[in-house]
Amino acid sequence: MEIILTVNKQSRKVEVRPAETLLDLLRRLGYKSVKYGCGEGACGACTVIMDGRPVNSCLILAVTVDGREVTTVEDLGTIQKPHLLQSAFVESGAVQCGFCTPGMIMAAKALLDRNPSPSEDEIKEALDGNLCRCTGYVQIIEAVRLAARRMKAEKKKN
Amino acid sequence: MKKPKFNEINKGVRKVDGLGLAVGQSRFTDDYEMPGMLHAKLLRSPYAHARIKAIRTGKARALPGVVAVFTYKDVDRIPITTAGQGYPEPSPYDEFILDNKVRFVGDKVALVAAETVEIAEEALKLIEVDYEVLPAVLDPRKAMQANAPIIHDEKDCYIDIPVPYEPEKNRVARVDASVGDVKEGVKQAAMTVEDEFENQTASHSALEPHCALSWLDDNGRLVIISTTQVPFHARRIVSRALKIPVRRIRIIKPRLGGGFGGKQEILLEPYVGLITLRTGRPVKMRLTRREVFISARVRHNMITKVQVAAKKDGELTAIDLYALSNTGPYGTHGLTVASNVGTRTLPMFKCPNLHFSSDVVYTNLSVSGAYRGYGGTQGILATAIAMDDLAERLGMDPMDFYLKNVIRGGTEVPILKELGEGPVIGQPHIGSCELAACIKAGAEAIGWKKKRGRPGGGRFRRGMGMSIMMQGSSIPYIDMASAFIKINDDGSFNLLMGATEIGQGSDTVLAQIAAEVLTVATDKIIVYSSDTDLTPFDVGAYASSTTYLSGMAVKDAAEKVKRQILEVGAHLLQAPMARVHLSKGRVIGPDKKSVTLQQIGTHALYEEDQFQISASASRISHESPPPFAAHFVEVEVDRATGKVRILEYVQAVDCGTLINPVLARGQALGALINGISYALVERYIYSSRGECLNPNYGYYNIFCTRDIPKITTIFVPSYEPTGPFGAKSVGEICISGPLPAISNAIYDAVDVRLHRTPFTPDKVLEAVQARERG
Ligand code: FES
Ligand code: FES
Repeated sequence: MEIILTVNKQSRKVEVRPAETLLDLLRRLGYKSVKYGCGEGACGACTVIMDGRPVNSCLILAVTVDGREVTTVEDLGTIQKPHLLQSAFVESGAVQCGFCTPGMIMAAKALLDRNPSPSEDEIKEALDGNLCRCTGYVQIIEAVRLAARRMKAEKKKN
Repeated sequence: MKKPKFNEINKGVRKVDGLGLAVGQSRFTDDYEMPGMLHAKLLRSPYAHARIKAIRTGKARALPGVVAVFTYKDVDRIPITTAGQGYPEPSPYDEFILDNKVRFVGDKVALVAAETVEIAEEALKLIEVDYEVLPAVLDPRKAMQANAPIIHDEKDCYIDIPVPYEPEKNRVARVDASVGDVKEGVKQAAMTVEDEFENQTASHSALEPHCALSWLDDNGRLVIISTTQVPFHARRIVSRALKIPVRRIRIIKPRLGGGFGGKQEILLEPYVGLITLRTGRPVKMRLTRREVFISARVRHNMITKVQVAAKKDGELTAIDLYALSNTGPYGTHGLTVASNVGTRTLPMFKCPNLHFSSDVVYTNLSVSGAYRGYGGTQGILATAIAMDDLAERLGMDPMDFYLKNVIRGGTEVPILKELGEGPVIGQPHIGSCELAACIKAGAEAIGWKKKRGRPGGGRFRRGMGMSIMMQGSSIPYIDMASAFIKINDDGSFNLLMGATEIGQGSDTVLAQIAAEVLTVATDKIIVYSSDTDLTPFDVGAYASSTTYLSGMAVKDAAEKVKRQILEVGAHLLQAPMARVHLSKGRVIGPDKKSVTLQQIGTHALYEEDQFQISASASRISHESPPPFAAHFVEVEVDRATGKVRILEYVQAVDCGTLINPVLARGQALGALINGISYALVERYIYSSRGECLNPNYGYYNIFCTRDIPKITTIFVPSYEPTGPFGAKSVGEICISGPLPAISNAIYDAVDVRLHRTPFTPDKVLEAVQARERG
């Protein structure tokens, strides 16, 4: 079946198989930052933002995303020009193996988009569906706070 | 001691691979693809112990899209171990790529390669197997009983080192080591405590599932990209398993999504290699999360017995520790994890009479292997709870008891001579040790003296507990690491090394060490690691060896390069060698005239008597300096539900110089949270047939953000004279403290001692109620 969806601001017409998940589709299209960690909605490694909300792409059938808009971490920044969340993650030690990082950053991005100065509890709640086995989360929470502070300061400047 | 001054060391340099990971540019094994790539799947056993009487693959082979199906009949019968350890491995060769017998639920039965994953899965259903189901060993306590079914009744399993191996008794290994005389020590004691403990099986749960991709290169060599912590061991084991020479194999480790010991096993490489060699086609095999839970490795479940004895004033007179280790149906890491129960526990104490013994047994449960903590976790569980008990019976604060009994720096440790993994040359000793300082700093930070022993009344009770622990840094005289460094014309350097970045930050820490010697910023060091064709040898990421051992190799290589730089610099400045020095990326002569590394690099490569400034170096370790830590925890126990909540956790760590404080803190925190999660929630639930019933994150349960308590991590100042710039290891140690610290805190709160982990509400409640009933 053919669908049209927007990935990282680019509209794409793609053929999808009936049982294909959004996770598999995105990876097939080359968005390899979207990771398989469990395939059943329990780890968050596959988190992307769909129409403004963080979702587990492994739980969504590709056929249902016709007309939707999806953002992956590839859209936020580059090595030369990283998003403030991305640089804050690296500086705070929130990236160890980095396998959870794209999903974690997308969950954090969705949070900061709707709540620019979250409390520690709000950060914990927003990231609760994203597992990380390396960091113990402490530095991830610190990174989100740091990014929130910097993003606010930046906004003020403009 | 004067604090040494560093430029790039002891600095929170950004992880060199961090940004690539954060922007989604970095590629992990599963992110690689090859044109015409097949997908492989294993058919897995539904029985814990069975013989394959007949296996028919005709229907599977006939399925369109299926390219190859293999059973034990299609492969050479070669006993191997999946343990990615040095050669010869101290683990038995007791596994076959495919066998006519299965030994746990999830064991491999047949291998399928197909055009898509879906077709491969479909084909598995078409394979017909007749099993002769055999009685299984599902309790390690029964493994050595006379009537127990023999798990390895085949004649061709063996171990390649001279140690006892008795598969006919289901016994993989025995350990027995002592110094002094424990009986005599007990006689001298005023108080003795004897107790038994059991820790549960657990999954490493690295977020990235195991994956491997192979193909033939232009010259027909087998290339495998794989999620491995041990590329060079993987190459050697693939060579053995597939009977092809090492020179025909190249293993590449790209970014790796966490290991914790779970990827120190050669689980997939032989299978993709087999398919590629037989079909000529690239093939990928990626485990599902369920497959990781049921068929990858787990932490050894052990039953530990301990006896500790002390005089009236608290002076320890004897420790006797025994571990019955359940290694599952294959003996990978069986002997060494068991011996580490002793090695990571007993050396901490100034006690003249020590005894450690262990039996490692086969069962038909999950296959155990290396897991962060590596026996230390199990040893300290038993010892630190028994000592808490002993201190209390003597009327002592456990903190004071420890301060009286723990070793200080510069101590000889004779028990290590008996327990060491490799040859011990000279008397093993411990150089730097700030364990006492860790105990004091941690106690101070949590308010130990003020808060302990005040549970309060009512439903919610508070309690404080502590534990102490140690690890090692590399395996002396066995582990080897090497590195190669060359200069470029812009004054940057390539650092090529076998050391294996698995998320712990080794690429960064080792680049910092090179940068420190070469007096440049760390971003001038371009790191390439873990490719058996392009990088020199390293044993890989295990035994907490990388910072210490690979660090020394990198430092030596950098120093050799520095000498060549100085030679060229002296020539350019027309000054004698003795009068030039390297500082901030310049060679400076006697009259303050200087040349930059860029000038030196360009000169050496293009201008005169051209040559490549470069050097390699390799190192073995002569000792394994332990890091130390003290853990303190405050818990709240709900007497109505049995739920244990962590209110605060303090860890004080002695790991020598912090090469990178941000990354070191990350190691300590990550290990700690894994340890707390293990202590409170993680567990395998088995059916009566030995099947894991909760092979998913939903029911296995690991900590998430909401479970994270208040944590303070303190690094106590310390300097290890044998380590690179004073460093020792920090990767594993902190995982071991939570089990006993939390158990001791529960005791302080509600007066019950928990001996079996994890401390789930049902167990706590049962103990509390049993106590109330009297
Ligand atoms: S892969 Fe989607 S939640 Fe784990
Ligand atoms: S950094 Fe490895 S899983 Fe989060």
